[in-house]
Amino acid sequence: MKILVPVKRVIDYNVKPRVKADQSGVDLANVKMSMNPFDEIAVEEAIRLKEAGKADEIVVVSIGEQKAQETLRTGLAMGADRGILVVADAMPEPLAVAKILAKVVEEESPDLVILGKQAIDDDSNQVGQMLAALLDWPQGTFASKVEPADGKVNVTREVDGGLETLSLSTPAIITTDLRLNEPRYASLPNIMKAKKKPIDEKTPADYGVDTAARLEVLKVIEPPKREAGEIVPDVDTLVAKIKEKGFAA
Amino acid sequence: MSTLILADHDNKELAPATLVAVTAAAKLGGDVHVLVAGEGSQAVADAAAKIAGVAKVLHADDAAYGHALAENLAPLVEGLMGDYDYLLAPATSTGKNVLPRVAAKMDTQMISEIVAINDDGSFDRPTYAGNAISTVKSSDAKKVITVRGTAFDKADAEGGSASVEAVSGAGDSGKSSFVSAEIAESERPELTSAGIVVSGGRALQSGENFEKIIEPLADKLGAAVGASRAAVDAGYVPNDYQVGQTGKIVAPELYIAIGISGAIQHLAGMKDSKTIIAINKDEDAPIFSVADYGLVADLYKAVPELTEKL
Repeated sequence: MKILVPVKRVIDYNVKPRVKADQSGVDLANVKMSMNPFDEIAVEEAIRLKEAGKADEIVVVSIGEQKAQETLRTGLAMGADRGILVVADAMPEPLAVAKILAKVVEEESPDLVILGKQAIDDDSNQVGQMLAALLDWPQGTFASKVEPADGKVNVTREVDGGLETLSLSTPAIITTDLRLNEPRYASLPNIMKAKKKPIDEKTPADYGVDTAARLEVLKVIEPPKREAGEIVPDVDTLVAKIKEKGFAA
Repeated sequence: MSTLILADHDNKELAPATLVAVTAAAKLGGDVHVLVAGEGSQAVADAAAKIAGVAKVLHADDAAYGHALAENLAPLVEGLMGDYDYLLAPATSTGKNVLPRVAAKMDTQMISEIVAINDDGSFDRPTYAGNAISTVKSSDAKKVITVRGTAFDKADAEGGSASVEAVSGAGDSGKSSFVSAEIAESERPELTSAGIVVSGGRALQSGENFEKIIEPLADKLGAAVGASRAAVDAGYVPNDYQVGQTGKIVAPELYIAIGISGAIQHLAGMKDSKTIIAINKDEDAPIFSVADYGLVADLYKAVPELTEKL
């Protein structure tokens, strides 16, 4: 079984994003960038399937600026076999990303594509579902458990109120939720080895995909700040406040 | 101009988040129709017909739609979109799962989790875990949008008298099937629609402490129980308790944060609550910067005392 894992280079999870003064976007100059956390979970899941003997090749693909190569190297250091870098000037929107990935899938013919459920920059939560639509494949989104078996894959999904398990025919799309696994850290020897793993470089034009934006961003602002209230001295005062507001008799 | 809303439901009851999408649709103007796709879901179709402001309910009742499988629902919805300018759904797990699939089939760049509709036809949506609000305008002919459940008031569930029209689609795609569900049965209100939410963080240290400390206070107040991502990550509670940008977005009348430091990603999920109370022993915890009332105290002493005195 072959697994394709798309990974996105985003602002590091621990960095507080700052909105630019001219309201044109978030300032990413000199900011630490990392692999999108949900994509790390996707890479980890693919590696675990390979370690369990259920997969034999893992291809990581990233779409974005040239530096997204670093993100691919992270995936390769974790254990992926090779990478594909699709260099785009501006980050394409989810639909265009899905269209590029659909072309990559046509060339690579993976049995599973495992993606993060959303990127922590644009928070769209769209690409996996869109890719499934374009390929007419089934989708197991927000996965907390993935169990492949004979032409099928059982996916347990995090849904409102609990969990739901679906059986999907393969090939299939899976998007990862938080509790699927805990991604590993790449060891130093593996980081060194990853430098020798092949990365193929492409552009959206190679795949014949138009990446023109459909959404015009008019402005990006900071959310309204909430004013801090008062610190109460003890539980009795807090009880009085809660009763005053009518939340308890 | 007209809007189709994909209703969220469990074949018995309409999810309250659907009412929020109706309010957003009314703001767009024109006719508002609701699609109820399910199995044995007549009661939901009848409830949708009573929503104030809904002109028509499309009802697709088929075994293929009983579990809201995206593979079956997306072609049904896409097939109905010829007559509509907007497709809306609440940003519930079903809306988030199905709508991008429909949008891609329509060659439309979907707009996720809007929190405002502006007069110039643009939409506001939070990005970067709620650290930035983007205003976007779509150049697509038809718009596909999910609506954040806390961003608009709920439409009146009573007062409408829409007609109900049966519709059908291709049915089962054969690509996916439902195996099982573990939906937590709880006497407590549902997290995203509860009037009061009591949430715990990593400081609770165990699932047991959630049961001993958080749950009695929640039950005293008739509240739903939530948690920070840190508490979910640590395995104290299931993921569907998670309040935050990658979990659930809540905006209750009262939100009580216990032992939660207030990471940005958590604040993004609860800062629109009407009143916020924070209990934390670290007086510098960022949660206090958004709280209306803060109590700097050891939660293991303060919370049982609070529960007892309420």
